Formats: sequence, C-alpha cells, structure tokens
Amino acid sequence: MSETVTNILLVGVGGQGILLASEILSETFMLAGFDVKKSEIHGMSQRGGSVVSHVRYGREVFSPLVPEGEGDILFGFELMETCRSLPLLKPGAAVIANDLRIPPPSVLMGREAYPEGLAETIAAEFPDFLLVDGLKLASEAGNPRAANTVLLGAVSRRLDVAEEYWLQALEKMVPKKALDVNRKAFLLGRSL
Amino acid sequence: MKEILSGNEAIARGAYEAGVLVATAYPGTPSTEILENITLYKEIDASWSPNEKVSLEVAMGASFAGARTLVAMKHVGVNVAADPLFTLSYTGIKGGLVLVSADDPEMHSSQNEQDNRNYARFAKVPMLEPSDSRECKEFTRLALELSEQYDTPVMLRTTTRISHSKSIVELDERVTGLPSPALVQNAAKQVMLPSNARVRHPLVEERMRKLAAAADSMAVNRMELRDTKVGVITAGVCYQYVREVMPNVSTLKLGLVNPLPSGLIRQFAAKVDRLLVVEELDPVIEEQVRAMGISVSGKEFIPLCGELTPGRLREALKGTIEGIAAPAARPEKSAGPALPGRPPNMCPGCPHRGVFYTLNRLKAYVTGDIGCYTLGFLPPLSAMETCVCMGASIGNATGAVKVVSDEEKKRVVAVIGDSTFFHSGVTGLMDMVYNNAHSTVVILDNRITAMTGRQDNPGSGFTLMNEPAHQIDLALLCRALGVKHVRTINPFDLEETRRVLSEEMERPETSVVITDKPCVLVKREGVFKRGPLYTVDAEMCTGCRACLGLGCPAIQWRPAEGKKGVSYINPMLCTGCDVCRQLCKFDAIGRAK
Repeated sequence: MSETVTNILLVGVGGQGILLASEILSETFMLAGFDVKKSEIHGMSQRGGSVVSHVRYGREVFSPLVPEGEGDILFGFELMETCRSLPLLKPGAAVIANDLRIPPPSVLMGREAYPEGLAETIAAEFPDFLLVDGLKLASEAGNPRAANTVLLGAVSRRLDVAEEYWLQALEKMVPKKALDVNRKAFLLGRSL
Repeated sequence: MKEILSGNEAIARGAYEAGVLVATAYPGTPSTEILENITLYKEIDASWSPNEKVSLEVAMGASFAGARTLVAMKHVGVNVAADPLFTLSYTGIKGGLVLVSADDPEMHSSQNEQDNRNYARFAKVPMLEPSDSRECKEFTRLALELSEQYDTPVMLRTTTRISHSKSIVELDERVTGLPSPALVQNAAKQVMLPSNARVRHPLVEERMRKLAAAADSMAVNRMELRDTKVGVITAGVCYQYVREVMPNVSTLKLGLVNPLPSGLIRQFAAKVDRLLVVEELDPVIEEQVRAMGISVSGKEFIPLCGELTPGRLREALKGTIEGIAAPAARPEKSAGPALPGRPPNMCPGCPHRGVFYTLNRLKAYVTGDIGCYTLGFLPPLSAMETCVCMGASIGNATGAVKVVSDEEKKRVVAVIGDSTFFHSGVTGLMDMVYNNAHSTVVILDNRITAMTGRQDNPGSGFTLMNEPAHQIDLALLCRALGVKHVRTINPFDLEETRRVLSEEMERPETSVVITDKPCVLVKREGVFKRGPLYTVDAEMCTGCRACLGLGCPAIQWRPAEGKKGVSYINPMLCTGCDVCRQLCKFDAIGRAK
C-alpha cells in the first residue's frame, strides 16, 4: 500500500448531493483497507451556498482537511464552484467536472452575469480536465438524477481502488430501488 | 466492527456504549447531530429542551438520581447553561455527566468564536478534547468514568472540524451492570445554600488538585518523541495539523486540557530544545505553561482569530521552524475570470421572504434574531439592523423604543422565530409588556427549528423521539403574558402582511404578529404542501424586475429575452407560494398550465 495520502475535493452548491458522494468515496476507501478522513461544513452553508467536502485516504491520514495546494483530484458538481476551488489543487491535479451552471443570487437578480470561459480557464491550468455532461449520460443510464454517480464513475478511473469496492460501497449507500440505475451510471462514468 | 463516523456520531456511540440513559440538548451547529444520532439507540431517553440551561438542569436531575447522562450544545449554548454549570461543579454528580461543548472556530455557523476551554477553567471542571472520531467515542466513555471517579461534571470539547469530520471508529458493546437509578437523599451535597456551598467549594479545589496529579499518568496525555529540536504541545484537531505539517517534530498530545499535566509538561520541555504550543483561538495552554516558568512560544506566530488549517499553520511557522515553507503561491496565469459569490439564501417558498420584503418597504428598523431568517439581512431583502444572540431581538427592541422619538418608535420591529422565541424570547416579551415598551414583535412560526436542519420543538407537536407532544399555542402564550394585540397572518398574502404590520407598527402598545406557514423543509406528511407552480408569460413581462426584489432562487433574470430582459421561474424550484404573482403589476405571472 502506498505511503502517500490522496487528496480529493468535492465542490458544488448546497443541495446537490455532495455529501452522499463523499460518503460513497469514503466507504469505498475503507472497504479497500485504507485509513480515511473526510470533512465538510454543515449548517449555514446548506442554504444554497458553496459546499466543499474534503476526502483523504492512504495508509495513515492526519488532517481531515486537504492541505491548501495539495489537492490531487477535484470533483466538481458545478462549473463556477469548480473554478473557485482550483487554488486548493496541486499542479498537474485531475479535474472532473459536471457541465452544469447554477446561477448564484447576484446572477439570478441580473446584477452580474454568470462568467464565461470557465472550462477554458480550467483546461489551461489543468490539462487533465474532463468535462462531463452528467445529465445526458445519466439519462442514458436510465435516470437524469444519477448524474453525480456518472461523475463518481469518472473519478473512480483515476484512483487505484478495485472496481469491486466501488460497487460494494454503492450497494451499501444507495437506496435499493435506485441501485440498478446508479450501478449503470457509475460504470458509464468509469468508461469515460 | 468498523464504521466511518463523524465526531458527533462517535460521541453518540460513546454515550450508548457507556450506558447513558438520558441525553438532552438544544440544537446548535456544530453539535446538533449528537442527539439526532442518539435516537438510534432505544436504550437512551433523548430529548430537545427549549434551551441549553434546561438541558443541563434535566441532565443534572437524572444524574442526581444515579443515571449516566449526556448534554450537548454549541459553544454559545454554554453561556445559556453557565448558571447551572458553575454550581453543578460544587454539587458534583451521582451518575456520570458529560457536557459536550461544540465550539466553532472560524464562525462557520455562529455569531462569535469564543473558546470554551476557558469555561472549564472558570467553572473548575475537567475537560477532554478529542482529535478524531475514534477519540470522540473513547473520550465520551472516559468523561463519564472520570465524572463518577472524581464526582464532577466533565466537559468534552469539540470544534467544527472534529464534530463534522469523519474517520474510522471501532465499535464496542454497551456496558452492563450499572446501578439502577433511584431517588437519592443527599441534601447537604445538593442544596446549595451558602452554608452547604461553603463546604463544597474546598472539595472542588481538592478535586482539581487530584485530577491535576492524575493527569501526568493519564494515557490520553501522550508524549511522542521524534526529532527533539522542536517540541509541540497541542490538542484536538490542531494535533492532526501539526502531524501533517511537521511530521518529524516531537509532540505532547493532550487529551485532558483541563487541568493540565504539569509534571508531564515539565518532562517534555526538558527533552526538547525549543517548546511551542499550537492551539486555535486563545492561548489557554500557552499561558499556563508560561506561568509554570517554562520558556514557550505560540501566539506570537499562531493566529488568535479563526480556525487553523494545514496551510495557515505552515504560513504561521514559516521562517521560525526549520523546513517549513509557506504554501506554494498559485501561478498568475490561472487567475481566470472573477467569480460572483454564492452566499446562502432563504429557500424557494420560504414563508419568511414576504415578511422581510414588506418590512423593508415599510422602512422598519428590525431587531433580528438567530435562525434562517437572519438571512433577511442580505440583499435584496436587506431588512435587519441587529442580530446578537438567541432571544435578543425583543430586548433590543424594548431598549430602542425607550430612547428614540415617538415617530421613530413606530419603525422598531423585533423579528424572532418560533424555536428562538421558546428558547429565550418569552422572558423578553414578558419584559416588554411589563415595562410598557410599545413595539411590535413578529414571531415567524414555521413550526420547526429550521436552520440547524429541521428539529422538533415545543411548537411542532412531536418530540425528538418522534412521539406526539403538546403543541404550544403561541397566540395564547402571548396573551397570557399580557399582550392585548396578537394577530396571526398568512405571510404569503402580501397585502394582509403589509396591512397588519403597518397597523401594529402605528399602534402605541405592545403587539405581536404571528406568521403561521410551515417551513418548506418540513418532511412530516401534511405540514408543507407544494402548491400549483407559477410561470412567467414572456409576452406580458415588461422587464420591470419587481419580482427580483424577492431574491427567490426560483426566479431568474434572462437579460437576452424580451425588450429589456424578462423574468423566468424555474419549475424545478418553484413551490407555488404565490408571492411573486402578487408583485407583478402586469399580470405576467400566473399558474402554470
């Protein structure tokens, strides 16, 4: 088992299902025999604010927070929030983001425009950038609500953990009636 | 069996394993999930109290009868519970009692970042501080054992990064064979008349001396010798950051942070060339170590404000500790476009939105309170002038109307939620009536404690354990306090809201206006109902932007459409509350077909 700790950041908007995704990641790493820590803020930030969840795994993990500038993988649920968290990454990190724009209050009210060219900004700094049309692929898998799972599949490809642990974790964390669709969505993402 | 648990889940598990019978709390971030998770264990009687003082008093009563008890609150909740706490320190306990104080450095969800380690010293009670979820569980068990061994309440201090971080925990079984609770007559120990209290105080001092002596050999205080050029004394999540950033320095990791193990500290100081304390917020450990005559540094490098992170610790210690560099700066090219902020917002369909919209238009001076509705401060609603602590809105309004002109008095409106009113608004209203302060109090009764994530309260009709309960009649309660003008309104009816609020603001008497629509997040069947959805007729929308003044997340401005742009209602988010339709002078908003 590698001595180094792998740092994953999940970012998006409150209510997008970020906590469940980070739970599935953590469960997978525990099943695979790693030490795991994860951290995020509850409370005020849930009312539609920005959410950042930190997941770290390895032989032994100390800080529950990913040290600034040491993120290995950024799992973005929303484009602007993905951009906002780039400073947490190390050079050469992988960025996997859902191609989704959720306007913040100032944009909804017409006081600002949703920024353009975000994908290009990310790609310029992080060549290992995968922009996923989560909604479309999840619909192909059978339910547009499984977009997060498609993204999770894409993230899983970049991590050195056997497929069986991912599927076990999905089985444990996803409600039974949604399991088939989520398994399909996961494998679809994993093939990207 | 192993599980990944948050600090809060692990504390709940620790309480279960330790044989706790009674657990009480008032919800408060980051402590709320402790009690919610305790309901998983049917052996424990778990309840929400109206406030933290009551929580601790209930726990004390159960402890005096011999039951092991846990009481949980956020850091500012300990201010409310401080009155019983300081005297509980004198009476001691019968069954073990652990008080969890969940502190919030960085104020992720709080109005201040007070360091409650000071309370342990102030009230002369021992305090444990875990550094991960495994320790949260183990220290909860240890707290209850120490409590009984030393006849004292024990505080367990977490911080947000401990409460809300998850790590792997090994589960154990619940202890058995604890004595059954029964009434115990021990008046000299439990009736704190001066004559009895004078006997108890020396025992408190003696207890703390004994604990301090025992602290040197407690396994939770652990010396880890590595490179001895630098030695760091630390506790809680800071220990993890120290190990992360300086893996090779020696550490003295404290599990018991009050009283400090002075012998062990002297031993550690003698083994290292340079001694440093790494702690968030106040220099609680550092000052005590310095008072022991030991040369130590800490706050000359480590910030007094906010929480630490690995990067902040690195930044603080660069240049003073060998081998520590500041976090790498990001290359210029990656700056990218400026990103609009994403502050939290009231939910679509929130019954508070129309009230704040109206208060803004009526130019009210709103004394605010603690809850989701504090977001009424943010634009475009921008209708709040004060927000200090639970229940303060009403006293703040009373104080303001004591001193301003009769014309200005009319503008003063206190706004408070149902749960906050039960917590500590009732006495404020009693004072307002008793002392003839003529102001208007709006009680936003959404039948739930919403901000912390939908907890039941004395107005919701259910207990924490989901048993049906008496539902307090707010209007009746206000009348019983002597308020003659109590009116209940539908906050989704803007005309009614405006009319009633302006009438009551004009009235030179105390009045209460209660809004009676539930929180959209209430999941209990039949409480919140999504109405028929609304839509904007783009042909009729003139682009006047009146509806945008609500700041509803379901309403979006589309600048490229129509002549000047048009509004659009997102059908995924609309709840059909009807408020935006009432603002549209051009009848462009109507029910979706």
